Amino acid sequence: MKRTIITVVGKDTVGIIAKVCTYLANNRINILDISQTIVQDYFNMMMIVDMGISPKSSSEISKEMAQIGEEIGVVIKCQREDIFDKMHRI
Amino acid sequence: MINIREVTETNKMIEEENLDVRTITLGISLMDCIDSDLDQLRKKIYHKITTIAKELVNTGKEIEREFGIPIVNKRISVTPIALVGGAACKSEKDFALVAQTLDEAAKEVGVNFIGGYSALVSKGMTKADERLIKSIPLALSKTDRVCSSVNLGSTKTGINMDAVKLLGEIVLETAEYTKENDSLGCAKLVVFCNAPDDNPFMAGAFHGVTEADAIINVGVSGPGVVKTAIEKVRGQNFEVLCETIKKTAFKVTRVGQLVAQEASKKMGIPFGIIDLSLAPTPAVGDSVADILCEMGLEYAGAPGTTAALALLNDQVKKGGVMASSYVGGLSGAFIPVSEDQGMINAVLAGAITIEKLEAMTCVCSVGLDMIAIPGDTKATTISGIIADEMAIGMINQKTTAVRIIPVIGKGVGEIVEFGGLLGYAPIMPVNQFSCDAFINRGGRIPAPIHSFKN
Repeated sequence: MKRTIITVVGKDTVGIIAKVCTYLANNRINILDISQTIVQDYFNMMMIVDMGISPKSSSEISKEMAQIGEEIGVVIKCQREDIFDKMHRI
Repeated sequence: MINIREVTETNKMIEEENLDVRTITLGISLMDCIDSDLDQLRKKIYHKITTIAKELVNTGKEIEREFGIPIVNKRISVTPIALVGGAACKSEKDFALVAQTLDEAAKEVGVNFIGGYSALVSKGMTKADERLIKSIPLALSKTDRVCSSVNLGSTKTGINMDAVKLLGEIVLETAEYTKENDSLGCAKLVVFCNAPDDNPFMAGAFHGVTEADAIINVGVSGPGVVKTAIEKVRGQNFEVLCETIKKTAFKVTRVGQLVAQEASKKMGIPFGIIDLSLAPTPAVGDSVADILCEMGLEYAGAPGTTAALALLNDQVKKGGVMASSYVGGLSGAFIPVSEDQGMINAVLAGAITIEKLEAMTCVCSVGLDMIAIPGDTKATTISGIIADEMAIGMINQKTTAVRIIPVIGKGVGEIVEFGGLLGYAPIMPVNQFSCDAFINRGGRIPAPIHSFKN
């Protein structure tokens, strides 16, 4: 299990989730949880995923997801769950 | 499970409030490089540093990508060179050649600073210590990334006033040697009382002799995060204020702990300590002075500043200590002038003086830091300022330091630009009354009574 948090923030448009999920499926990344809100036309999504069986490294995935974000005009960040766990859980 | 609110909070800290890991500093012992032949010594030093630190920068970048948090600096500290070079260096020029080797090794592995061009002379100076100290102006003018520090006193030993006198002259000479660059050399030279062995922050980092062969120390940051947190409790009482700072410091330090453990695992080098210090940068919103203002002061330097800084420093420690298994280094709040926009504003407004800064150093984590003074200041006056600061450290059993820059050719009110993380500073006036006879006495000040605890 290699749990990673993916956040997508940007102007709402058609196909954001589709694009992200296609990439995840192609790279054998399993989605564990999705939550999403739209605040004043701004799309805000968080996914918890498992990269355990993905053939690519976290750094690679992080770089490629950022690129996809640029293509569709949103900011996509991939961060290992540990950073949030450490900060918000004792 | 982590929720979207927590994720947003963390990312807001990183993106908007300048939360970052200020430095991963790899401490390397050079004790096994000691040789009586200078060429051999230099070869061994270069080889050891470039071998152990080869992956430091890449590891830092990898962690940045994985966790999405910036790691601003990757740095190296080494065993004080006065100890390592004592057998081989017969002159000041020999020592300066070792500094050049450190500089070359730093450039090869891609770190922006290497610390440890240092001597520990809190009680007395060996011939090698003295040679190294006298070589500092030359060494700092011939290198770009080497940082130098000298420990001049401690609570256990008292203050070495001969060395204090010498350092006043050396600071001035370093300013003269680097006058083409607004005396920038002095920004890379710091003198200490009670210098810690495991400080990851420059210019004072060195790898103490009590340390292992190699060790990873991490300095966290986040003045902006603390400021934003306390904005939300504006007008509330001190209990609420202190709790807020403590909780924030905990969160910031946990990130540092995670990065330190990860770097340690990836490089196969043990984790040493986390330094909790709130370290400002000249970037807007990354200022310790702004925290003091948010607490209710018009400017840093106003009456109440020392109390505000004292509570800030204490709460940062209380929150930070629980967040990390090993805390060390300087751990507190830094109050540099040129590296903190809020502090620069305070100087420009006439709200803060060197004397007030000195009072603040009684309760901060370090001391008089990055203060530009007129280039025609006398060496004995600089020694006097150093002696005062060393005395505060010695009596209060804390680390104190002086990093002061006499800017050759410039006077009070002029601005000096150091660039990058070092920022810019208005030149501050210095007390003009003489301390010549006091500094020229020579010898050392004995250890204070409360150091005899055995």
